[in-house]
Amino acid sequence: MVVGDLTDESVDRLFHALADNTRRDILRRSVEGRLSVSRLAELYPMSFAAVQKHVAVLERAGLVTKERHGREQLVRTEPDAVHRARRALDQIEALWRGRVDRMADLLARAPEAGADEPVQGEDR
Amino acid sequence: MSVTSIDKDFENLTLTLVADFSAPVEGVWRLWADPRRLEQWWGPPSYPATVEEHDLSPGGGVTYFMTGPEGDRHHGWWRVVSADPPTSLEFVDGFSDQDGNPSADMPSTTARVEITEHGDGTRMVLRSVFASLEQMEQLARMGMVEGLEQSVGQMDALLAE
Repeated sequence: MVVGDLTDESVDRLFHALADNTRRDILRRSVEGRLSVSRLAELYPMSFAAVQKHVAVLERAGLVTKERHGREQLVRTEPDAVHRARRALDQIEALWRGRVDRMADLLARAPEAGADEPVQGEDR
Repeated sequence: MSVTSIDKDFENLTLTLVADFSAPVEGVWRLWADPRRLEQWWGPPSYPATVEEHDLSPGGGVTYFMTGPEGDRHHGWWRVVSADPPTSLEFVDGFSDQDGNPSADMPSTTARVEITEHGDGTRMVLRSVFASLEQMEQLARMGMVEGLEQSVGQMDALLAE
């Protein structure tokens, strides 16, 4: 695929996906906590600064921690945090699915503009 | 089915939801802009929301509380970052303590809503970026209530057959 064929939007999406793949890969490789940021940076075709940024995003999210070993900082994946993040997002999904269902119900019951009187609530 | 897609990006603590409604853009906007409508969908049925202050202009905000089955109150707030009625709204969404004062120790979510014409109806895209795992988990508790109510609803439907 030639980049020239892509719209701005799809280029954005592509870069976004690549970034996500890198982060996912960092999580996978850091499970044992033996790699430093510099070692990780050697594994990807991108600058040290870019890899450092991905690690920082993961660290901010609580998904990895950094541990000082002499002059190096070793990156370690927190499997429990990864699990908790997945579970929390599943529950927030349920929250929003419920909200969207209620929004659709309200729209079906009061479709007219300016209908300010209370809508009847006993039916479901 | 109104929810068209949900993307859960746990590496970035981000949720992106796309929903399609068979209603005009203004109708969907009013669900956010009319406090009486907002309180009918924001909280799960067993935690109905009561909106106190409501001003969707930039710099304005919303304060509300949700009342639980034991009469327990859970306060929350929005601070409006930008608003372009009837098509977009960006706000920071956080919790408050029992007296309704914003909790300083609890980081907040940034939510962006885009409402656009789509076919015969309206598409709503919501992107929520959570500040931390802890904050996501606090919100998730409300999702647990919701999930439970949905499964009870499904059971009711099955029993009615």
